[in-house]
Amino acid sequence: MKTLIRDFTRGLWEQIPPFRLALGLCPTLAVTATLFGGLGMGLATTFVLVCSNLIVSLLRSFIHPKVRIAVYIVIIATFVVLVEMVMQAWAFPVYRTLGIFIPLIVVNCLIFGRAEAFASRQGPLRSIADGLGMGLGFTLSLGLIGTLRETLGSATLGGIPIGTGDFVPCGLMAKAPGAFITIGCFLALMNCIDGKKGDTK
Amino acid sequence: MIEALVVIVSAVFVNNVLLARYLGNCPFCGVSNRLSSALGMGLAVLFVMTIATAATWIIHNMFLEPLNLTYLKTIVFILVIATLVQLVELFLQKNAHALYRSLGIYLPLITTNCAVLGVALLAVQSGYGFVMSIIYSAASGAGFLLALLCMAGIRERLEFSSVPRPFRGNAVTLIIAGIMALAFYGFSGVDWAVSTLAGH
Repeated sequence: MKTLIRDFTRGLWEQIPPFRLALGLCPTLAVTATLFGGLGMGLATTFVLVCSNLIVSLLRSFIHPKVRIAVYIVIIATFVVLVEMVMQAWAFPVYRTLGIFIPLIVVNCLIFGRAEAFASRQGPLRSIADGLGMGLGFTLSLGLIGTLRETLGSATLGGIPIGTGDFVPCGLMAKAPGAFITIGCFLALMNCIDGKKGDTK
Repeated sequence: MIEALVVIVSAVFVNNVLLARYLGNCPFCGVSNRLSSALGMGLAVLFVMTIATAATWIIHNMFLEPLNLTYLKTIVFILVIATLVQLVELFLQKNAHALYRSLGIYLPLITTNCAVLGVALLAVQSGYGFVMSIIYSAASGAGFLLALLCMAGIRERLEFSSVPRPFRGNAVTLIIAGIMALAFYGFSGVDWAVSTLAGH
C-alpha cells in the first residue's frame, strides 16, 4: 500500500510532468490557451497513460525486448483511437479545440517514457498508480498553465468573462509566443524552488 | 504554380511547424545546442517528413478512404512512419554511407517526433493532392530546419553570456523560442499577400 501511494504521489510533485520530467512539451504548448483545452488534454492523456501502463505491465513477460517499441506504439495508438472516438461522440467542443493534438497523443513521449521506464518493470497495480499519478500531475500542470494564459490572454476563465472590464487582455498570451514564454517561466520557477531546497539541505 | 508558392510561404514562415503549430518541440530543446547537430537533425526531419507524407497520403487515399477505415489513420500512420524510418535507415546504411554517417544517429529519434506525424495528418486533413502534399511537407520540413538553425545559432552564443541560474537549460530555450515566435508573427498575412498579388 505504501509503495502504491508513493508511486501515485511521485507524479504529482516530485517528478511532475512536464516541468520536472520535461516530456510532452508539444501538447503542453499547444492546448493551454484555455483552461478547458488544458484539462481536456490532461484527462485524455491520463486515460491513455493508465490503460497503456496496465496493458504493458500485464504483457511485460511476453514482449520480446527487441520488438518492444513497436508493441508499445500499437498499444498506445489503440487507446488513442478509442479516446478520439469517444471525444468525438460525447465531447465535441473539446474535440474541436484539441484538433490534431488528440491523435498526436500517440507520440507524447510522456506515455512512451512511462511504459519504457516503469510499466515494463513493475506489476499492474503499481503501474496503474504510476500512470494515474503522472496523468493527474500532467492535468494539474496543464490546468494551471491554461488558467494563467486564459486569464491574461482573453480575460475569461473556462469561457466565462472575468475582471472588471478595465483590464485589457494581452492577446499575445493566448498565442504561440505566450505559450513558449509562460512555460519557460514555469520551468525557471521550478528550478528556483529546487535551488532553494538544495541550499537548505 | 502560384498555389505552390503560397503553400511554401505559408508552411515555412507563417505557419511554421515549430513556432506557430507547436510541433516537434522535444528535438527543438534537445539538439539545438550545436549548429552541426541542429543541421543534421533538421535535414533528417526534412527528409523523413517528405517521404512519410508521400507514403501516408497514398495509404490514406488509396486504401483507408475507399474502405471507410479513416478512423484507423492514427494507428496506421504511426506504424507506417516507424517502419519507414527503419527502412530509410537500412537503405542509407547500405547505399549512402556518407549521408548515413551524418544523419544516422538522428533517424531513430524521429519516430516519436510529433512533427512528422503531425504534418502527415495535416496534409491529409487539408485535402491537398499528391504533389501538393509533397510540396507542403517539404516546406514544413524546411521551416523546421530554419527554426532549429536559428535557435542553435542563438544558443551557441548564449553559452558565453551569464543567464540567471534558474533560467539555465530548457527555461531560457523556451523563452527564446517565444521571442522567435513573436518575430515569425511578423510574417502573418504574407501568404495572403502573395496570393492576392498573384491574382492581379
